Amino acid sequence: MFSSARIVRKDRLEGFLERLLEDREVFAPVRKGGLVTLEMIDSVRDVILEYENTKESPKAAVFPQRETLFGYQAEKGKVALDVPRGKEKEQVLFGIRPCDARGLLLLDRVFGGDCGDPYYAEKRAKTLVLSLGCVNPNPTCFCHSMGGGPCSPEGSDLFFLDLGDRYMVEVGSDKCEALLEDEAFEDADEKSLALSEKIRKETEASMTPLALNENLKEHLGRLFDDPAWNALAETCLGCGICTYLCPTCHCFDLCDEAEGGTGERIRVWDSCQFPLFTQQASGFNPRPTVKERFRQRIMHKFSYLPETQAMLGCVGCGRCVIECPVNLDIREVMTSLSEGTVPA
Amino acid sequence: MSEMPSMETFVTTEIRETAGDLLRKNKVQVVIGFERGSIPLRSRPCFVRSEKDIDRLVWDGFCENSVARYVAKRDEKMALVAKGCDSRALVELIKENQVARDQVIIIGVPCRGMIDRSRVEALVAPRRILETEEKEDLLVLKGSDFEETVPRSDLLCDSCRTCTHPNPVLADILVGEPVVEEDQDPFDDIEAFDAMRPDERWAYLRNEVNKCIRCYACRNACPLCYCPECFVDTTLPQWIGKSTDTSDTMIFHLVRAYHLAGRCVACGACERACPVGVDIRKLNRKLLKDVRDFFGYEAGLSLDEACPLATFCPDDPEAFIMNP
Repeated sequence: MFSSARIVRKDRLEGFLERLLEDREVFAPVRKGGLVTLEMIDSVRDVILEYENTKESPKAAVFPQRETLFGYQAEKGKVALDVPRGKEKEQVLFGIRPCDARGLLLLDRVFGGDCGDPYYAEKRAKTLVLSLGCVNPNPTCFCHSMGGGPCSPEGSDLFFLDLGDRYMVEVGSDKCEALLEDEAFEDADEKSLALSEKIRKETEASMTPLALNENLKEHLGRLFDDPAWNALAETCLGCGICTYLCPTCHCFDLCDEAEGGTGERIRVWDSCQFPLFTQQASGFNPRPTVKERFRQRIMHKFSYLPETQAMLGCVGCGRCVIECPVNLDIREVMTSLSEGTVPA
Repeated sequence: MSEMPSMETFVTTEIRETAGDLLRKNKVQVVIGFERGSIPLRSRPCFVRSEKDIDRLVWDGFCENSVARYVAKRDEKMALVAKGCDSRALVELIKENQVARDQVIIIGVPCRGMIDRSRVEALVAPRRILETEEKEDLLVLKGSDFEETVPRSDLLCDSCRTCTHPNPVLADILVGEPVVEEDQDPFDDIEAFDAMRPDERWAYLRNEVNKCIRCYACRNACPLCYCPECFVDTTLPQWIGKSTDTSDTMIFHLVRAYHLAGRCVACGACERACPVGVDIRKLNRKLLKDVRDFFGYEAGLSLDEACPLATFCPDDPEAFIMNP
């Protein structure tokens, strides 16, 4: 497991980040207006690593909330297209959490595959994920119940774990070969390896697992018409906080921003919680109320994505738990649905 | 000396008894109130339809949501646990024909102000609160290795600090003891906002709306934002772009604020719902002050008073039209 593990002493981290900044865009957690957010940094001194998680997930780095697909200019029966070039610089997501790193793996499946999305692919290919393990997970975290873990390197190109005066660094992909030549990295010693394993085990043991149905996907499939949804969704405001802050939600809308014949076709985030999401031109809406829209969010994450992408659409980051204005807690929803005894 | 039960415990008991009575006698089909949330510092709306569930209902300093937000276009006969601001929202909803007066039984609760959880969290950060306890004028914050007692008044939500109607203005059943009300909102923050140069004000608003992620939590948490189709969701014509470009977010917030002028009851639900800390109340409060100054009107105080922007009086002021 630790065949390629390294060590970075804490006093050498700043230098490493400085060198990263020389020819890459580095995104890292910073404090901004009372919130901790993931921002492109100018100075290493702004980076904070003592934090729970960023307010928003890092998905915007590869799937921006607004993205120009192409510009167009229609004149005298001719249309000129201007397709933006791919990302020029490499970008590094430094210090993101293991849950969010795993979230990117789901986006990879959705935007990749047989009909890959070039806009996503170009950004993703130039993205390095340097995540930081959690040694003190928030009580709202449930990554370990969603297949991940507070110290899971899954989805990270490099995975950092705080060992006190140094970081244990696991290498998760071959995208970091050049990076590892940096003078900050040393080979890991046996003591550090043992300590890191101890921390991993202790942190995982500190989290209470959710009592979920073992065959969740099939179980939910049978619950589609269950009356339970009425009560579960009753307090939902129908806002987009849960979907917009979610590291895996990826639905979007396409629209034109134009004046006359000149404009841009853009892609913007959309949310299944909004009525317009499924509003049809005829005026008919197949998901007419909050209940259907709430059910869609749950079903998509825990039934449809496991079916189509072989991966849950939830990484247990807990953002929706913390930020929902009416504290509609997805952990309680899933536990309650798991308990439901429905005829097979 | 044994401690007196807190006001919150007392009110909780009364709410449960009242709810049980209303459900038992079939006077309502549902009681909309608050229950304990799933994480510390949170209570949340809940719908109780059966007498056996009344013990879910609680009252404490975390009942921050506007439950009036749930009444519009509902068929059932309802009872509502209403703070001062919730009762004012109900007055507006009744006037605007969104709910019939006899369709809702108002269980009014005098409100001591709700606690701003972000303030509490900031106070003890990076330590975590696992439990809280309310005492008279104090809040006890408990973590795994600490216990701190803080005056409740230091922790109130901004909207509760400027509230002048904490007692329900309309109630069928009143539980708890009325609280002392402030005479008038001094609007210090808006005086300061008005004193800014126009370019400074614009820069301030731009900076605020640039945080917006267009999740519409402010709109959806608002008891008076009940349009079946919001202008942002209209597609023919499309009034507003869909991105987080400043021009779009600005239009959303400005138009929403204007649509609430003379109707906003200053409950602050919008700002508490916002996940990214946009100063939404600045615009709403600016218009609250304007409506008060121009028309001597405060929304949600009387079922008989028409909204000044929905009616005409020959002596309506014109200065802001003629000489803005």
